[in-house]
Amino acid sequence: MMIELLPGREKQVVHKGGQGVAATEMACGKASTAGSVSQRACVFCGSRVVLYPIADALHIVHGPVGCAAYTWDIRGALSSGPQLHRHSFTTDLQEMDVIYGGEKKLEAALTELIAHHSPKAAFVYSTCIVGLIGDDVSAVCQRVSKKTGIPVLGVHSEGFKGTKKDGYKAACDALYKLIGTGDTSNISPHSINILGEFNLAGETWVLRDYYKRLGIEVVSCLTGDSRVEEIRRAHGAKLNLVQCSGSMTSLAKMMERDFGIPFKRVSYFGIEDMSAALYEAAKFFPDAPEIMARAQNLVREEVAAIYPELLRYKQKLLGKKAAIYVGGSFKAFSLMRALRLIGMETAIVGSQTGDQDDYKQLQEMADPGTIIVDDANPLELAKFCLEKDVDLFIGGVKERPIAYKLGIGFCDHNHERKEPLAGYIGMLNFAKEVYASVASPVWQFAPRRAKRAAVLPQNAVV
Amino acid sequence: MLDGTTAEIKPREALRINPAKTCQPIGAMYAALGIHGCMPHSHGSQGCCAYHRSHLTRHFKEPVVATSSSFTEGASVFGGLANMTQALSNIFTIYDPKIVAVHTTCLSEVIGDDIPMMIKKATEEGIIPAGKVVIHANTPSFVGSHVTGFASMVTAMVKYLSESSGKTEAQLKDEPQLNIIPGYIDPADMRELKRIIKEMGVKTVLFPDTSGVLDLPQDGRYRMFPSGGATIEQIKSAGDSVGTIALGHFASHPAAEKLDEKCNVPCALLELPYGLTNTDRFIHALRNHGGVDVPGTLGEERGRLLDAMGDMHQYFHGKRVAIAGDPDHVIALTQFLVELDMKPAYVITGSSGNHFEQRVTEILKDQAPEAIVKQNSDLFALHQWIKNQPVDLLIGNTYCKYIAHVEKIPFVRFGFPVLDRMGHRYFPGVGYMGALRLMEKINDALLDHKDRECPEETFELIQ
Repeated sequence: MMIELLPGREKQVVHKGGQGVAATEMACGKASTAGSVSQRACVFCGSRVVLYPIADALHIVHGPVGCAAYTWDIRGALSSGPQLHRHSFTTDLQEMDVIYGGEKKLEAALTELIAHHSPKAAFVYSTCIVGLIGDDVSAVCQRVSKKTGIPVLGVHSEGFKGTKKDGYKAACDALYKLIGTGDTSNISPHSINILGEFNLAGETWVLRDYYKRLGIEVVSCLTGDSRVEEIRRAHGAKLNLVQCSGSMTSLAKMMERDFGIPFKRVSYFGIEDMSAALYEAAKFFPDAPEIMARAQNLVREEVAAIYPELLRYKQKLLGKKAAIYVGGSFKAFSLMRALRLIGMETAIVGSQTGDQDDYKQLQEMADPGTIIVDDANPLELAKFCLEKDVDLFIGGVKERPIAYKLGIGFCDHNHERKEPLAGYIGMLNFAKEVYASVASPVWQFAPRRAKRAAVLPQNAVV
Repeated sequence: MLDGTTAEIKPREALRINPAKTCQPIGAMYAALGIHGCMPHSHGSQGCCAYHRSHLTRHFKEPVVATSSSFTEGASVFGGLANMTQALSNIFTIYDPKIVAVHTTCLSEVIGDDIPMMIKKATEEGIIPAGKVVIHANTPSFVGSHVTGFASMVTAMVKYLSESSGKTEAQLKDEPQLNIIPGYIDPADMRELKRIIKEMGVKTVLFPDTSGVLDLPQDGRYRMFPSGGATIEQIKSAGDSVGTIALGHFASHPAAEKLDEKCNVPCALLELPYGLTNTDRFIHALRNHGGVDVPGTLGEERGRLLDAMGDMHQYFHGKRVAIAGDPDHVIALTQFLVELDMKPAYVITGSSGNHFEQRVTEILKDQAPEAIVKQNSDLFALHQWIKNQPVDLLIGNTYCKYIAHVEKIPFVRFGFPVLDRMGHRYFPGVGYMGALRLMEKINDALLDHKDRECPEETFELIQ
């Protein structure tokens, strides 16, 4: 199967130790070439995934019905309380609204919904055409906010105004209007915010438990299982821990600028990264050495609890190869480390939204021969998977059936994860999930494996 | 989890809650995938294309390809001509499809992009290679629903591709061909229609045809353009057919009427062949237009369906049912439920169209004249009605599961999308055998519920 790269995409693929551009020269963070089968989404998508887990807020999509329909409860961001965020609210703009403007409709919708559901805040997502028909969403938000007494926040998420990353930024801008409006008395001197964690499959709960055991107060989690009240007082925390490189860094920077809260980039995925995240927080509070002691204890206990079982998986997975294609590149680093821990090699690694620094770091971490790719299309991904003969694909919804068609195991490290993959328990879950898919008996019937078996001696046990 | 839904119903003017529809472009994309060697192209920003692909992937569990014009702010100010030109050039150079089917989005519609002009220009500039085809449909998201988008793309196939070759009537009668426009149904359904047609011995062109495109076997390969789909030549030859059978008022009739207008091919406008009567009508139309007899095998299938309906009729009698879904699906299903002696209580679609309410009301006039029948409705409204007066069974797409969960109602998944079960990918719902399967699902849902919930003294071994 000969598959060429799209002209103009040569600079978005690197073979470590091979031909092509160096990672430092990789062209990334740019919009996909028109006409490519890109796996990427838009600004609106970025904003929606970041804000949607806020469970006691009203989320209304101002635009035609599709944008609301496709983002209706797709992310699996769990709430321990209200479930308002799992409804789908939209102004469902029609032709007449496009001609005469949708402001009145939006105002009426907000008024009706706020009266009916009594949310603590409302987010109004602008879609492509709202930017074009010239609705003054901010003015509507202000009016409704005044009338109802709750914050009504416009999110400037018109789809065409950049990439998914710009959507993260728009979401952070909207969130930032809430931060600093709450009462920060009674917040512990040893307190943090968790940024860029969305409580998929209950991961926030795992993390909150760890920090609690350390004696650190989590003021807010942005935005997993979060409430508006918590977000309002997020500026009372002493430290921001930022996960997911793309989505929340801009918010952390604003909070540093205006409230003097430093931030640290962390990842909660894999033993090394999870432990580093806990130590990072503990180190930040040198006045309370007991926190560090507890962190050391926690790490020891948790690792001891999962390690024997992890080793069993490692024995079974040793030497298997993986392809990683995820949204944010920061996640890719963690995944590579975690795969290494269970004996697997990363043969292909790519992301939708990495920047040059990310790709440089990926290249440093990667084994020789690893393929590094920005904004891939399915033909490229399939080609690389076959070339490298991988056993596992880690990606999102659009990649899953491609992997299966090739007879390759799959792990969803995106919205559709079913078990928490963060923390120590998450590492074990990850190993289980990878093992369950890679070692599934179904693949022995797949033509790819059948062919491989055919070259073995006839008496070999397959 | 949707306990936030209250029984008290307040008039809503300005908003949609929990929609029972989605936007036009996804329907156009699905239809386009039913042409062999076709690359659907979304003329708008990247997100639309990504969302549609993800959504279709979740329903079919198959790779779904499509390209995007990747609009940026520049394109939104100056128009999308440059993006379209670059896109077409890239698509034909790299992916080499036989045909590109362009659909618009709300963005490109609002800025007023003239797609035919863009295609013409690309043709003149040699960007579209010789022998390759580009077609288009206007699918603004702020008009209609995904069903409208599907219908528009099928109509575009006729507009751009179908031709009458000028053969004489006698020549055409030698080997008469029938067109089947199947509607917004699953690949398994299209496969079943083709099986029935083959049993009948009629030569047909079925378009669009997503079987062999979105229901592929695992063979260790990834193909961007699988072997299935109606070929350009087949759709072209539809203009020479002796007749068209169009299934579904909303999804298929516009294309059939266009074909009649353009190529003088008379059409039979039917409903989707769900259930006994609608399948009878389909078979009858095949027999009439194709000039063939119904083979005994199909008669036996019908007999088995009827036998099962008889065996189980007591469990269906008088059961109150809520149905939500796309208009063609819901109309046909309502008919079947009446045949099963059930009582549709709420019958809604998210799409607009007076025909829906008229037709469903007509179907229900004897059996359930008090039923609430609504076009342009949503699942929040349906939930509120159910809270006020419960039903015994809910039938609809996966989004209905929220209602079923809270209200603890037996639930049968039916229509688009089904995001959480597998059967629709393999087993048809159309035809006599499909009806048998639908009936089985309804029966199982009702009896499973009873077996789980009933007190011990009424727990029965034999049903």
